[in-house]
Amino acid sequence: MTFGVVVFPGSNCDRDAIYAVSGFLGQKVLSIWHQDTTLPRVDAVILPGGFSYGDYLRPGAIASRSPVMKAVKSYADKGGWVIGICNGFQVLVESALLPGILLRNKSTRFISTMQSLLIQNNQTPFTRNFSIGQSIKLPIAHKDGNYFADPILVEKLKKNKQIVVTYSENPNGSLEDIAGICNEQGNVFGMMPHPERACADWLGSSDGLGFFQSMLKTWEEQS
Amino acid sequence: MITILIHVLPKKDILDPQGKTVEQALKHLGFHQVEEVRIGKLIKLSINSEREEDAIEACKRMCDELLINPLIESYSLEVVRA
Repeated sequence: MTFGVVVFPGSNCDRDAIYAVSGFLGQKVLSIWHQDTTLPRVDAVILPGGFSYGDYLRPGAIASRSPVMKAVKSYADKGGWVIGICNGFQVLVESALLPGILLRNKSTRFISTMQSLLIQNNQTPFTRNFSIGQSIKLPIAHKDGNYFADPILVEKLKKNKQIVVTYSENPNGSLEDIAGICNEQGNVFGMMPHPERACADWLGSSDGLGFFQSMLKTWEEQS
Repeated sequence: MITILIHVLPKKDILDPQGKTVEQALKHLGFHQVEEVRIGKLIKLSINSEREEDAIEACKRMCDELLINPLIESYSLEVVRA
């Protein structure tokens, strides 16, 4: 399986993402530059964490309008898998690949801590190795992770099982304790916690590897 | 050259923790008359255009395409006359 990791100016978890899928998962991985207008042949795209464009204007706003995102959008429209982590999640909501928005944390502070999470949907290609209600531990590190959507959208998310991961204890004021959601089709997934930073016990948790293993397993079955 | 100011504010029903915190701080300082604080931003654009209407039209398109996220922000335009 070949992963593609998009690198924006200010991305700082791109190396971690690359290592997670190559070092820990043992798969091929390509870096994709933000100015590229086409994607190489990849089986999944990762939008990594960081502070693309210094969070100027709004987190993810400028990155979501960069040339590569047009290619990522058409890739996603054709059913390609896209996973956005932290700033990558912010890029996904700003580019309308995922609904809603991520606001400043309720405390207004940057929060960096290990967080308990619950898997709410294991029917996506990103979470099938987990069980529903499974408790996992992943680090979070963000200032704008407070998920917000209007009540109609929230109902829709619930009805379509688009709420994929929730916080056990809400750290940031996020609606419905949302930590990660997917699109209606289930091929685009964004989450604030960092699975790529938690792929080995010596990193404090290996639960993050499950997301990448889920993708690999689904890919192997399909090809 | 036409100068346009874009006043951006968080929408009415959007929580503004920064505004809330500043509101508390002002109250601590004794400014109890403060009812609410909302913190947004000001974007100043210098636009190369002869006609004001064209500049405003361009400005609105910029707001739609990048400058404003309509889910959370509202804005108003102000043309600065020299």
